[in-house]
Amino acid sequence: MSARIAWLGVPAALLVLTVALLLWWRPLDSLSEGAPPVEEAVVEAVRLTQGNIGIDLRSDGSEPVVIAQVQVDGAYRRFSLSPARPSAWLGGVTIDIPYPWVEGEAHHLALITTTGAVFDHTIEVAQLTPELAGPALEMLGAVGLLLGVVPVAIGLMTWPAMRHASRSVLDFILALTVGLLAFLLVDTVGEGLEAAHETIGRLRGPVLFWALLGATAIILLALGRRGGKAPEGLMLAFFIALGIGLHNFGEGLAVGAALASGSAALATYLVIGFTIHNVTEGIGIAAPLTAEKPSLMKFAGLALLAGAPAIAGTLLGTQAVSPFWTAVCFALGAGAILQVIIEVMALLARRGGWGRLLAPPFAGGAVAGLAIMYGTALLV
Amino acid sequence: MNMPHLSRRHLLGSVAAVPLTVAVPVAQAAQHSGHIHGADDQFNNTVMGDVDYVRNGFDPHAILTDWDAGAVSTMADGRRLREWTITAVDHEFEVAPGITFAGWTYNGRIPGPTLRCTEGDRLRIRFVNGGSHPHSMHFHGIHSARMDGVPGAGIAQPGAEFVYEFDAKPFGCHHYHCHAMPLKRHIHKGLYGAFIVDPDPARHPDRQAIAASRLLGSPENGRWQEFIMVMNGFDTNFDDENEFYAVNSIPFAYAKRPIRIERARPVRVYLVNMTEFDPINSFHLHANFFDFFDHGTTLDPTHRIIDTVMMCQAQRGILEFSFAEHEPGLYMFHAHQSEFAELGWMSHFEVVA
Repeated sequence: MSARIAWLGVPAALLVLTVALLLWWRPLDSLSEGAPPVEEAVVEAVRLTQGNIGIDLRSDGSEPVVIAQVQVDGAYRRFSLSPARPSAWLGGVTIDIPYPWVEGEAHHLALITTTGAVFDHTIEVAQLTPELAGPALEMLGAVGLLLGVVPVAIGLMTWPAMRHASRSVLDFILALTVGLLAFLLVDTVGEGLEAAHETIGRLRGPVLFWALLGATAIILLALGRRGGKAPEGLMLAFFIALGIGLHNFGEGLAVGAALASGSAALATYLVIGFTIHNVTEGIGIAAPLTAEKPSLMKFAGLALLAGAPAIAGTLLGTQAVSPFWTAVCFALGAGAILQVIIEVMALLARRGGWGRLLAPPFAGGAVAGLAIMYGTALLV
Repeated sequence: MNMPHLSRRHLLGSVAAVPLTVAVPVAQAAQHSGHIHGADDQFNNTVMGDVDYVRNGFDPHAILTDWDAGAVSTMADGRRLREWTITAVDHEFEVAPGITFAGWTYNGRIPGPTLRCTEGDRLRIRFVNGGSHPHSMHFHGIHSARMDGVPGAGIAQPGAEFVYEFDAKPFGCHHYHCHAMPLKRHIHKGLYGAFIVDPDPARHPDRQAIAASRLLGSPENGRWQEFIMVMNGFDTNFDDENEFYAVNSIPFAYAKRPIRIERARPVRVYLVNMTEFDPINSFHLHANFFDFFDHGTTLDPTHRIIDTVMMCQAQRGILEFSFAEHEPGLYMFHAHQSEFAELGWMSHFEVVA
């Protein structure tokens, strides 16, 4: 065995030699002579405080990307960099610009590197970045609670009505769950890919998103079945709540980011729309529990698991999370949702064969689930 | 908390903003704008750091007054001959603190040397192209077609040279620039300079004193404080828009180190607009008014008592003004396109008693 492993030393040594040769010989230098260095930079986050614009910038290039001058609204401005010298490889830098920004208006940033390249960024609607302290913290927490935990809890309260239903009705309810989870999956993938495309090229956001999604689904499937048995009942409800919770964490980030980056006129009916829309998530969690009698504590746990991440997400989201981490969160959420879609369908198949998935109760339920999600989403 | 993709960002903001606006009014009322209390924001509008003029090989403060009268000799017919050798060189220089620009220059500086002569002089300019592209010197003056410095008449290939020869006329504030194609690129990379033809007092008997005041080296001229200012811009990322604006190339150079003016002596500015991409540029003087001589080709002002003048590319003129009645201090001058001013074309005169 050890002799066989020792053989790996040959290809390893050859690889090191090849890389060393390329570094020493540099055969491509003659082709790129005189060409300006390749530069890429992405504004990952903007924080507005009193009289100051703070920017998190991630840069990448064949040489370190150094921001030499900064324009705000087409005027050169004093600024400070931290650290003063970023690293060449995916270097992150924070730029602080004292500036009398105007609430509710747009501001345009132009960052000029030492080579004269310009990276633009627009702050669509300037708004003070909320501080995570005092009344603002409490209110943000309340927002997360209202939009996350409360609707899920209300949805779970449909559980008594679903008990002792006929087999067809149960099929319909589980199919409804699949439909709404499918809607969430598509929605999460869309959001996640949007964030992934905003990351700097080398991080390969979209590829990472799909890989993480797949890995999460596979790991959760394996965990759920580690006893040799597919999850059912309370365990399945737990996984559904976990998937929805991860999704809601990502959504919370989006809420917080929207909050931090400004907003249109407020409208109370939108809050109502959210609450109605998210009640369906609670129904989905309750669906596998029709044959069981879980304690009230377990229901509370499921509501918190599915809804509480929205609170954390909202709080974090206001503090300008980079699109990279947002994409990672959405990938985990999408993977978890994919896992429960597979498990709910597997549960139905176990109970009556795969053919049942095409029978009217299931087909009708799945379509109804998609329709309800779409319909209530229109309220938002 | 799933919601439609397109509307989410805006609508979510609206929703979540409901409680937040309620939450923060007292604690953060004063912060609802980014206004900087107690700080003078004026001095935040600048570039960070300083340009290394030594490494650049030219200093905008020196360019203000470094007239190049050429090598003077007398021809067989008794006329004065002025000769220059001008070399085009590729020159990568620091256009703003920390930012390099691959310029094309005359004699390694932007603007190129300020050629100054007297009307009626014979001028002979030996142009050597040490650059990597074909270049020329196209003078705004009166000369023959052969001496025009355009394709087919006076373009020098890299490594070659061409001699332009003509009489200095008309008197005025002129300029020269490369006229090789593509024209925009050759101009915006830096191939231009001022060309001043002083009036010969002997030819203007009715305006002799005025003409003498403009003749470099005359006792009348010695009273004046004269400056050359070439308005220009630089497009560092080649998107056909300027990132930097200035007079004499370096943004904010005269804002950071003002131009010293002795109050008692009159001021004359030879102003040339070589800004590429933008249709016009302008000059606005604070707290004072000036007389303006469009193209400098007259001895009487073409505009009297104005404080702002607008110029298209290649337009130029002479400004005359005095601070004799003013209290000492800093007097601003800048483009009155605020955009250009905030991108570097911002300057100060420091008037001293």
